[in-house]
Amino acid sequence: MKSREPGTPLGGGVAGCREGRIPHSGGWGASPWHDAFRRLRRNRLAILGLTVLLVFVLAAVLSPWIAPFPFDKTNLPYGAKPPTRTHVLGTDELGRDLFTRLLYGARISFAVGILATLVSLTIGVAYGSLAGYAGGRLDHLMMRIVDILYGLPFMFFVIILMVIFGRNILNLFVALGAVQWLTMARIVRGQVLSLKVREFVLSAQAMGASPVRLLVRHVLPNALGPIVVYATLTVPAVMLEEAFLSFLGLGVQPPMASWGSLASEGAAAMEPYPWLILFPGLALTVTLLSLNFLGDGLRDALDPQITSRR
Amino acid sequence: MLSYIGRRLAGFLPVLFLIVSLSFFLMRLAPGGPFDLERALPEQVRANIEARYHLDEPLWGQYLRYLSEVARGDLGPSFRYPDRSVNELLGLGFPVSLTLGVCALAVALALGGTAGILAGLRRNSLIDYLTMSFALGGVSVPNFVLGPILMLIFALGLGWLPVAGWETWRHIVLPSFTLGTFYAAYVARLTRAGMLEVIGQDFIRTARAKGLREGVVVLRHALPGAILPVVTYLGPASAAILTGSVVVETIFSIPGIGRYFVASALNRDYTMVLGTVVFYSVFLLAFNLVVDILYAYLDPRVQVR
Repeated sequence: MKSREPGTPLGGGVAGCREGRIPHSGGWGASPWHDAFRRLRRNRLAILGLTVLLVFVLAAVLSPWIAPFPFDKTNLPYGAKPPTRTHVLGTDELGRDLFTRLLYGARISFAVGILATLVSLTIGVAYGSLAGYAGGRLDHLMMRIVDILYGLPFMFFVIILMVIFGRNILNLFVALGAVQWLTMARIVRGQVLSLKVREFVLSAQAMGASPVRLLVRHVLPNALGPIVVYATLTVPAVMLEEAFLSFLGLGVQPPMASWGSLASEGAAAMEPYPWLILFPGLALTVTLLSLNFLGDGLRDALDPQITSRR
Repeated sequence: MLSYIGRRLAGFLPVLFLIVSLSFFLMRLAPGGPFDLERALPEQVRANIEARYHLDEPLWGQYLRYLSEVARGDLGPSFRYPDRSVNELLGLGFPVSLTLGVCALAVALALGGTAGILAGLRRNSLIDYLTMSFALGGVSVPNFVLGPILMLIFALGLGWLPVAGWETWRHIVLPSFTLGTFYAAYVARLTRAGMLEVIGQDFIRTARAKGLREGVVVLRHALPGAILPVVTYLGPASAAILTGSVVVETIFSIPGIGRYFVASALNRDYTMVLGTVVFYSVFLLAFNLVVDILYAYLDPRVQVR
């Protein structure tokens, strides 16, 4: 909570690393990223997570081409059957192929995860850097607001937002992103607070750089590590919340399906057909686990001082 | 200390004011009222209904009326259950939700605490790896997946526990585990980290050097320091448990506030939704204050000013 968990490897080592696979970073020094990438590669769980995620995302993107059936094709006389050779994960009561439905569901789940994270990233970075840069009273006030918001039952507000503005996907992104920025704001604010008094920032300031330029060009790039790590950890949180809302019937609406709504349908029909809850649940669990592995690996690799609340 | 509590309580007022105002206007912005769902009502009936709930007044009038009612602790009548007030409905649901929440928290602290202490004491042992894998798995299984699966195994398959409902203590077991597992996993990680931090310190060595039994050293000397991060986590955790209970109450057909909340949000029962949000916000603000005081009590280095 307060600092890195003791006992996690600090990394290091001088194993060779391939050129060209380092995230190149323009003018602000590739070497810390170089190091971080080497540390990440030594973390087997993180690489496993990354591989699983790449496969899943690729499958989601390519689903129109690799899905064995059209996603809304029903086959009522066939009905719900356990996995067979044609329907590898079985079918639901309408005879729809579960594997196909999961592939298409993955598109929605990942899209929500990524886009809502971007929304939360934007709000969190803007809010946090304003508070950190302004300092003093404004900072104090803004952080008090964050403290207070932390204590509130936020999903309840998301539910209200979904009811009011309609249950469509766009509202889902915004509503989820709008409640997920608190920790990001705290992290960014802390980073900005400590970076803005460093010599290189002061010298840029002395040369007459405007506050916006200072933040965007000098301060934020140096805070990128923690931001990337926390954004990675936000994705599973948001995906979980999407699934949660869809489970309650407040998220993705039929005929579209996300993993959450598939799990919801599966839970309703699990008594005679247990595979309908097992496979969507498994897909969600494996994805969340992989994202958590990757996030933890990135945190250890970039080793920022993160106070994570989740 | 007293003045600290006083100031914190005074700080609640603007927060509550904001919450009430925000939720009030959000709900009123919603297109479609609570009475639109039924077949078209005769003009006169409709007007009468609107007059009864003061919906015919201008918005700011309704707002001021609502504020003054909330200030007196009256959350108004429910739109959907005309013979019940929101206070009555919350009064019915809250004991159920509270029981579920407390049991889930107890599961989380007992399971997670024990696992975390064992893992922290035997770092890099088999126990450590097992509990930490369990912890990682635990935070990755969503409760709406875990719930049905537990139900499938223990209620439908083995028949040890009832499937759903809320009558005997046996009905509480599955929902509490469903709700508590995620937090157990998190508590385990926090306790382990806290334990690792504390166990290497001088006062632990001194305690051991005095010849105290290992159990006493761990439970009386190390534990209070090690669970500090867990105490900090209690505030957010309780907020999340309340939220999570929405899903768990739905899965296991438990008549708590969460289920009312979802139903009333879908039915546009304005007063019920508003009342739930206000009620839970007050509850959580108060709970966070208790957590802060508990923290100061456990860690003498923290000065409550």
